[in-house]
Amino acid sequence: MSDTMISIRNLYKIFGPNPKKAMEAVAAGVGKDELLEKNGHVLGLNNINLDMKRNELQVVMGLSGSGKSTLIRHINRLIEPTAGEMIIDGDNVLAMDQKSLRELRRHKISMVFQRFALLPHRSVIDNVGYGLQIQNVGKKEIKERSERWIERVGLAGYEDYYPAKLSGGMQQRVGLARALTTDAEILLMDEAFSALDPLIRTEMQDILLDLQEEIQKTIVFITHDLDEALRIGDTIAILKDGMIIQNDDPQNILMQPADEYVADFMKDINRARVLRVRAIMEPIDPEADGPEMHGSTTLEQALQIFAEHSTDHAVIVNKRKEKVGKLTIEDLIRGMKRPTLQEIRDANDQQVA
Amino acid sequence: MDFFSEFPALSRRDNSALRRFIDNGFRDFSREYGEALENFFDPLLQFLIAFEQLLLATPWPIVILVIAGLTWAGGRSMAITVGAILSFLVIGYLGMWENTMSTLAIISVATLICIAIGIPIGILMARSDRAQGMITPVLDVMQTIPSFVYLIPVVMLLGIGKVPGMIAVCIYAVPPIIRLTNLGIRLVDREVLEAADAFGSSTYQRLMDVQIPLALPNIFAGVNQTIMMALSMVVIASMIGVKGLGIPVLQAISNQYLALGLMNGLAIVALAIIFDRVTQRFGKRLQKHQEQSH
Repeated sequence: MSDTMISIRNLYKIFGPNPKKAMEAVAAGVGKDELLEKNGHVLGLNNINLDMKRNELQVVMGLSGSGKSTLIRHINRLIEPTAGEMIIDGDNVLAMDQKSLRELRRHKISMVFQRFALLPHRSVIDNVGYGLQIQNVGKKEIKERSERWIERVGLAGYEDYYPAKLSGGMQQRVGLARALTTDAEILLMDEAFSALDPLIRTEMQDILLDLQEEIQKTIVFITHDLDEALRIGDTIAILKDGMIIQNDDPQNILMQPADEYVADFMKDINRARVLRVRAIMEPIDPEADGPEMHGSTTLEQALQIFAEHSTDHAVIVNKRKEKVGKLTIEDLIRGMKRPTLQEIRDANDQQVA
Repeated sequence: MDFFSEFPALSRRDNSALRRFIDNGFRDFSREYGEALENFFDPLLQFLIAFEQLLLATPWPIVILVIAGLTWAGGRSMAITVGAILSFLVIGYLGMWENTMSTLAIISVATLICIAIGIPIGILMARSDRAQGMITPVLDVMQTIPSFVYLIPVVMLLGIGKVPGMIAVCIYAVPPIIRLTNLGIRLVDREVLEAADAFGSSTYQRLMDVQIPLALPNIFAGVNQTIMMALSMVVIASMIGVKGLGIPVLQAISNQYLALGLMNGLAIVALAIIFDRVTQRFGKRLQKHQEQSH
């Protein structure tokens, strides 16, 4: 079993009357703006290459119009690409006929939508069982499995309510339960929490993270909210104008933004609360001493520990309590500082060299 | 300047030749196929007669009881049910019972036929823009052409009687249910359809689980319109031999009997109001799940 669940290769999507012809122009090097001006076609996705690891939560982040919703719909082929490959667990999705595609959508991939997309004429339990009903699973089994997930997302007692009677947060719990009930390995979440109030959104993120510990699915989560991305993502891909600018661990994105655009994005983030000490620690040396802290401690928490112990240095340990690095108050201060444009350019130059 | 003052029309001789050509063509057609068509529609005729006989043979209190039960089941309103019972009592008392039963029979059967034909056509139109482009003008013609015009070919083909009357009623009454089925399906939320696709629905599952249930309130508005239009066709249909409330109305027109015309006309109105209120309330009940509580 390979480590990669979803593999996207050279994926292009062009919107317009004659995408195939426009694709030739794009292959010849025509850019997005020129394509729109001269050919009247919109370059929705531009040479996307992305591998998503099994059982990880991959966030795809971008502003509106960046192509993120288009991208996620290519994974279950709700949108047909103009060119490229989409490999899921070794199978080429784009080569599938209608029947195998339906099987894929029934058993392997499920989806949660931004505006819930529940069936308004069905009660909560019938909405949650919808995926199983399509698979022609027996009534009794549908009921049992639906009830289990309704309870798991905290909606026990609401089985017979209609969606219109529920609040947004509760409706999206139904959406989540509906997606989980089919036991698909891949969960696509298209701005699933964007329509919710901030407090409810955080609550739903907690539910998702909590569930993920237990169910270990491959989750593709689309969002335009950087806080959300940093909070839940194992990996974050940043999308701009249909191109992936950076795909990395959240810590690396904060410490080494790929370009000014990404850096600009990170500008308003509270680094102390997001960055972990392992991203900024120095290599361990034998003389290192001081209080021990885990690598996943945030800078804010580290500062607290420094203050409590009246010290300016600490030792970083991993899960097995082995010493893996050291941290000084200077490191903390450096970590809090945003990289300057010059530093980003220098780092990029170094990579190119 | 003849060209501008006189329209360059077909000469009178050519014009009449053209008309004769069409008339003869259709006459030959009806001679050739009229009987086959009549045989084709025979089961419909038998069903219609049986239904009418059933309504007439059943003792009137039972008919009123059944009607009261149906209005209650559909409308769930005391006012409508009591109103329906009173209307039928007055109708019977004024001697219009038999004609009302005949009209009720033809309206019920016509509505069933319209539903059976209209909903599938509406679904077809919703699925294909091409079908919509082709069917819409036909519906426009059906709704605007004076009913007498299509009575002519129908009578030429099938003669005078119940079946041609029924066909005339259906031609006039079927467009709304087709249009509203089409509209209702096209108005279904695209995101819900996307969800149906994302969970792997087949086309048929999507139609039965999502499109039709969500279009149902609109489809029902179509049924309501179809019934109303069928009722308004009753008088014209009686010109080609459909028994019912239309016949006394026709007599009243030719003999200037004000009271007779008024009574039978009002009986049609009473039927219309009962049908309308019951179907409307039923349609509203179908949308109950959309009520918000907060």
